[in-house]
Amino acid sequence: MQLSMFFQHLANAISLGSLYSLVAIGYTMVYGILRLINFAHGDLLMLAAYIVYYGRGMFHLPWVPSILLAILLTAAIGIIVERSAYRPLRDSPRTTILISAIGVSFLVENLGLVLFGGRPQPFPLPVFFDSGSAQEIGGVRIENVTFAIPVVTLVLLYVLLHIVHRTKTGMAMRAVAKDFDTARLMGIDVNRIVATTFAIGSALAAVGGIMWGMKFPQINPLMGMMPGMKCFIAAVFGGIGNIQGAVIGGFILGVAEIMIVAFLPSISGYRDAFAFVILIGTLLLRPTGLIGEKVAEKV
Amino acid sequence: MILDIRGMKMQFGGLVAVNDFNLSLEHGELVGLIGPNGAGKTTVFNVITGVYAPTEGAITLEGRDITGMRPDLVTRLGIARTFQNIRLFSRMSVMENILVSLHWRLKSGVFDALTQNGKYRAEEASMQSRAMDLLARVNLDGVADSPAGSLPYGSQRRLEICRALATEPKLLLLDEPAAGMNPAESIELMKFIGRIREEFGLTILLIEHQMRVVMGISERIVVLDHGVIISRGTPREVSRDPRVIEAYLGVEKHA
Repeated sequence: MQLSMFFQHLANAISLGSLYSLVAIGYTMVYGILRLINFAHGDLLMLAAYIVYYGRGMFHLPWVPSILLAILLTAAIGIIVERSAYRPLRDSPRTTILISAIGVSFLVENLGLVLFGGRPQPFPLPVFFDSGSAQEIGGVRIENVTFAIPVVTLVLLYVLLHIVHRTKTGMAMRAVAKDFDTARLMGIDVNRIVATTFAIGSALAAVGGIMWGMKFPQINPLMGMMPGMKCFIAAVFGGIGNIQGAVIGGFILGVAEIMIVAFLPSISGYRDAFAFVILIGTLLLRPTGLIGEKVAEKV
Repeated sequence: MILDIRGMKMQFGGLVAVNDFNLSLEHGELVGLIGPNGAGKTTVFNVITGVYAPTEGAITLEGRDITGMRPDLVTRLGIARTFQNIRLFSRMSVMENILVSLHWRLKSGVFDALTQNGKYRAEEASMQSRAMDLLARVNLDGVADSPAGSLPYGSQRRLEICRALATEPKLLLLDEPAAGMNPAESIELMKFIGRIREEFGLTILLIEHQMRVVMGISERIVVLDHGVIISRGTPREVSRDPRVIEAYLGVEKHA
């Protein structure tokens, strides 16, 4: 394989990896606070993409407002999902709330089919990200969107870590994640903190969905399923509950997926199966994930 | 009167954990709540702080009904507590543990924090100095940046009390603060509790398993056994009450 070819793949790998990381963070944050896998998380990707699609196509909004609208609406939907489907079940056994999450996922997907129709739609692209626009660096041709995704991810990651480690809200999130009951008894309004967590996770999923649409510019109501699954796997692989773990897990998963397709084209048909092999391997060999810690069951 | 509990009953399914519990606390009092293991002492705390809503009865704080109110709101009205088994945020620093309790008083939000505006920085600075001040008063200012989980046991106890004080309580509930301590440490801790009571003008309700630990500092003692109050009065009266001796030691059988 030519060196330039390799770098081409590497650029793609980094791009896909950071996309996975962004979405995996949402899974891991919610799990950290509620010990819940929010299976509806992937479907938020799809909703955000459709909001941009309609914002551009139907309401002729400029790019910046339609993206902001998609992020805000998706964050609001995340809060509504928590409020209506998870909060009433907070004291129920964990399996109950997990099933509720699967239910929300099916609901959103099928609502999408009814409202948006099953036929894939072309995702609108800003001129800067048009499929022709690319940069050539030392013989390696990198599309603008491939380059933009890791940059956006890094910026958002920086903001997120700042919120979690340097603000009072972030401190309250960590306190709630460590000990729900004690945090309440220290005067923290846990409902507000949980809502904030869902809003942040959903906003990140929205950005992920919009960038997904720009990278693979065809959207359909089930487009969130596979990325959702893979990012969930990335979060488990990295060590669920841990933000750094989700980033590393997403990154490794994305890079590995691209590299397998690049180096072993004969098995490229199994690229989606690869993530599940990682999931099974993680659960068998190291259930706490790469940098997850052993968590004592809450008493 | 600061706290008034009337006819409180707490039932879990078929199990009555506490029944017909009446207690009122006057401002500035230190009352001991004692009883054998499983008597229902911690359940009383959980009901007062809103962790459980009582099956029957009413709880008022300074004349205000707080029965079944959410724990964070109860805390904001001025009741703070510690736990029988230490429940610090062990991976956060000592300082952060205190800041968490100050958190709900803040006005600035995430937006202010991200833009680092003047309002945020002023509030942040005052919170830091307030937390440092509190830590100094319990002699923990030297370890402010250490992880809470790395402190020796006795210091963790003091930190937990300090974290409760940071919510600016009127009423402090201490759940077996001397658990796991030897007699000398227990005496030291009781002196510490007496001191913060004076300094912060607190009313204290103190759970203790061993009677002699609370004898010295409690004005009144309430004895709970199998969820029912079996005796109340001054430490002297209670320690001579045959029902109390029976509850702790069992009945002597005469052949």
